[in-house]
Amino acid sequence: MSRVIVAAIASLIITIALALAVLERPTPTLSLPNLASTAITPGEAGVLHPITAVLLEFRSIDTLLEIAVLLVAVVVALALREAQPDGADRMGLDNPLLHAVVKLLLPLMLLVAAYLLWAGSTRPGGAFQAGAVLAGCGVLLRLAGTSLHGLERPRWLQGGRVLGLLVFVSVGIPPMLAGRAFLDYPADLAGGLILLIEAALTLSIALALLSLFRLAPPQSDSPAFPDRRKRRRA
Amino acid sequence: MSTDLFFAWIGVALCGLGLFGFIVHHHLMRRLLAFNIMGSGSFLLLVGLAQDGRGPDPVPQALVLTGIVIAVASTALALVVLRRWYRVSGESSLPEDV
Repeated sequence: MSRVIVAAIASLIITIALALAVLERPTPTLSLPNLASTAITPGEAGVLHPITAVLLEFRSIDTLLEIAVLLVAVVVALALREAQPDGADRMGLDNPLLHAVVKLLLPLMLLVAAYLLWAGSTRPGGAFQAGAVLAGCGVLLRLAGTSLHGLERPRWLQGGRVLGLLVFVSVGIPPMLAGRAFLDYPADLAGGLILLIEAALTLSIALALLSLFRLAPPQSDSPAFPDRRKRRRA
Repeated sequence: MSTDLFFAWIGVALCGLGLFGFIVHHHLMRRLLAFNIMGSGSFLLLVGLAQDGRGPDPVPQALVLTGIVIAVASTALALVVLRRWYRVSGESSLPEDV
């Protein structure tokens, strides 16, 4: 009971504090949208869409660290993985309707992923959306009972998870040799380089998200040592 | 109160709700859900505050996009750890939690 009171007080305090912060917000002295849109003059930046430009041109180090965090999550999940085979038959729902729908949907999903990747430079879209759709393909295949062992076995596809970070860093370092800042790509090459980074990121994000899904095997749902289980207090 | 700040206010409410759920519940899955609600609240707050009479702002939107990917990764990692914990101990909450 006291837990409810503590929770109520804490959440009330945080709500009031946030509400005060919203009410007493300072008026901004400069307009970020205008700043961003003037910075994306054609020919200067590699991309025309403001959000993609912020993600991969103006604040690209955020995106670099983001893919690094995703990689760290996969590494930790790999370390916690249980030594047991991930049988496709355990998870696959043996449903002919599901198989038919997957056959129909899969090409479309791949097409949507490719489109989102390509659209990122001019309109909403980008590497993360495309990677999420690709990972969705993998999850759907997995649920339909298709074994993804063939996809995960080869070493070069294992390395695909690291590819995004590697490409990002290797694109970022050459400007430093020329005396510029890290990730400050030359303006005339920016468009191509950003597309290259985005393609590598898409693959890495899809594989990383899929690995995180795969590393929670379905058959581990029952406790390994049932005798250790205590009665839960009512 | 202007309609521009609608999302910011929703974000404030979600933050409060999420924190309440996070403290009240014992079950780790419920805690994870509450934590995610709190995270969504802060994303809404970030995006909502920026469009205060000036329309959408690409900079916070890009930051939130980054944040969403991090949130997805950490949620997936938390689920892997949670299931491992359940497998090892047979408990769905932490022992020091009374």
